[in-house]
Parts: sequence; structure tokens; C-alpha cells
Amino acid sequence: MKRLTIDFLVGVFVLLAIICLGFLSINVATNSGFGNEAKQSYTLYANFNNIGSLKVAAPVKVSGFVVGRVVNISLDQHSYQAVVTMEINDKYKFTTDSSAQILTTGLLGEQYIALQSGADTEYLKNGDTITITSSAMVLENLIGKFMTNMSSK
Amino acid sequence: MQKIYTIIARIGNPVTAFILHLSGILRLLLAALINLPYSFLRPQLIVKEIYYSGVKSILIIVVSGWFVGMVLGLQGYNTLQRFGSVSMLGSVVALTLLRELGPVLTAILYAARAGSGITAEIGLMKATEQLEAMSVMAVSPIKRVIVPKFIGGIIAVPLLAALFNTAGIWGGYFVGVVLFKLDHGAFWSQMQDSVSLHYDVINGIIKSSIFGITVTLIAVYQGFIAKPTAEGVSNATTRTVVSSALSVLALDFILTALMF
Repeated sequence: MKRLTIDFLVGVFVLLAIICLGFLSINVATNSGFGNEAKQSYTLYANFNNIGSLKVAAPVKVSGFVVGRVVNISLDQHSYQAVVTMEINDKYKFTTDSSAQILTTGLLGEQYIALQSGADTEYLKNGDTITITSSAMVLENLIGKFMTNMSSK
Repeated sequence: MQKIYTIIARIGNPVTAFILHLSGILRLLLAALINLPYSFLRPQLIVKEIYYSGVKSILIIVVSGWFVGMVLGLQGYNTLQRFGSVSMLGSVVALTLLRELGPVLTAILYAARAGSGITAEIGLMKATEQLEAMSVMAVSPIKRVIVPKFIGGIIAVPLLAALFNTAGIWGGYFVGVVLFKLDHGAFWSQMQDSVSLHYDVINGIIKSSIFGITVTLIAVYQGFIAKPTAEGVSNATTRTVVSSALSVLALDFILTALMF
């Protein structure tokens, strides 16, 4: 076979493979592995009575839009509350009377933190704690309540 | 006493043979690495190798990838249906292909399609004394024959793995979305949610480059140590495919343990 034909076919092969690699890295994968999110962020804390099955790296959402991630979960030895550390993108500010809530995507999906901004004029700074929180919905407790309601009727 | 001596020697024999082969392959790798710069003086040789081992393998790789993806789609659909989470099908297919099946099956198919050819070519060159003729003409067989094949393998295998993965994902798409009428938006978005560029795509490429090096080295080595007879070359070709497949699978276990 002529040299030029071989060159052409190898070129086609390489281009085809590069298109496939582009497809795999743009269309199939998300670019979260390179730490794009940790560029500019500040830390907020929130204490919960019960975090359910919330995990590190769970999203923090406002109106369903992701503004940050959970980076650490620990236990406060005095109050026996779970302390959740969140990294929030610098672009988004929240008032000091914001509330945090643990919700679930779908019925059995992963758990995330939903933030709701208040009406205060001051904003939360790096290292502040969100005081108004509501815990995760635990299915067993819910069923227990439902059962007691049923029996009292 | 003599009997015990023979039995222990028989146990020791495979071990020494294994170490001997390993040292031969490592010396070959060293020789190839030392002579790596010379091959860029004649890039045409590398292009020819990519043509014979890469371009000519496209069809088998794409067709196998497509069928593997379709099988993953069928099996995944049947299993996920029990939990009512068929929308996860996209991420099941993509993760299985990118992390494991893509690199491993590409390397095994490459060993069967191109590795055996490399062994036969070098074995016959040895049998017909072409390698000695080269040495007589002051052309180094390592620079002229081995290094281009080596670089060709390193370039071709990851590219073939990318083709395999893409074909497989479209095969899974075909079964999930076209045949089982899943929502195509959920298929892609679930996939994008669970596949990460760094952990899955790039680690897969690193894996297949390592497999490419391994398979090419084994193929070249087996060609070199083949007995210069018709039977010797045929045995060497068989050994290439067998030991490539085994070492790819064993390396895959080690790499997976290190990476994920």
C-alpha cells in the first residue's frame, strides 16, 4: 500500500479516537475530579439533631441549585449533636437567619442539605454556624408516628 | 535421596523459568527505553506499526465493544428492574466499560489480533535470519524493529480502548433507550452524575497504556525467544496470546487495587 494511504488511514484512526475521548470526557463524565469547586469558597457550620444518612461530599442546594458541598461531619461531645461542615461557593451569600434542612432526593435517593435564606440584612461569614436547622426525616420515626396516630383514632 | 532431590528441583524449575522470562522482558523494556529517541528520527516506521496493529483492529474492537455494551444493557436492565431503578442503566454501563471491561477486553483483543502477528513476524525474521542480516549491515534490530512496535503499541491500545468504550456506551444506549424505551435524558444525566473525568476516564486511559506496553513487550519477547522453526514460531504465537491475557488480568487486579 502507498505510504500516503497509510498516513491517511492512521490519521483517520487517531482523529476518530480523539473524538471518542472527547465524547467520553465531555458527554459521559463530569469534571468534578479536578477540584473545580474548591476555587473560591467559605466554610459554614450547622448543628443537627439527626443527620440520617448524610455523607461527606453531599451537595448543598438552594432551590435545588448546588451552591456547595459537605466536607466534614463530626460529633459535638457536649450537646451530642452532629456538626456538619460545608464549603459554600464565594459567589453566594446567606443571611444570618438562614435555615438548613436535610432532605432526600426522591423516596430512597441520596440526602442533601437545603439552605433557605432569611430576611436579615447581615450575611454569614466564613466559620459561622447556621442555628436554625431541621433534622433528616427518618423513615422509622415517621412510620412510628403514623402508627400511634392510627391507634389513637 | 535422589528422588527427593528431583521432586524439589521440579518445584523449583517453573520459578527459575518465570524469573528468567521476567528478566528477559525487563531487559527488553530497558533496551527499548534507551533506544526510544532514535525512533523519532524515522517516524514513518511508527506510523506503519500503528497502521498494522491499530487501524486494522478498529473493526473487531468497535464490533466487540458494541456487543459488550448491548449485553451490559440487557443484563443491567434485568437486574435494575427488580429494584425499580432502571434509570441507573446509563451509569452502570459507562462505569463498567470505562473502569474494567474497556481496557481489559481491548488489551486481550489486541493481543489476539496484533500481538500474535508481531510474534509471528519477529519469529519468522529470526527463522529466515533477517535479524542477523540486519546486524551484519550495522542496522540495530532493536532500533529498526522493536522500538517502533513498542511505541506503536503504546499509542494504539489507549486509542482503541477509547473506541471500545464509546462503541459500548452507544450499544448500551441502543438497548436501554431504543429497545426498552427508557428516557434518554435520564440515561445520560445519571451517567454524567456518577462518572468522573479524573477517577474513571483518565484512570482507564492509564490502565490501557500499561496494558499496551505489557502486551507489546510480551509479543516481541516471545518472537525473539522462539525456536527458528515453523513449530517454534507457532508455539511462540500461542504463548503470546496466553501469557498476554494472563498478565493483563493479573495487572488489572493490581492496578484496580491501587487506583480505585
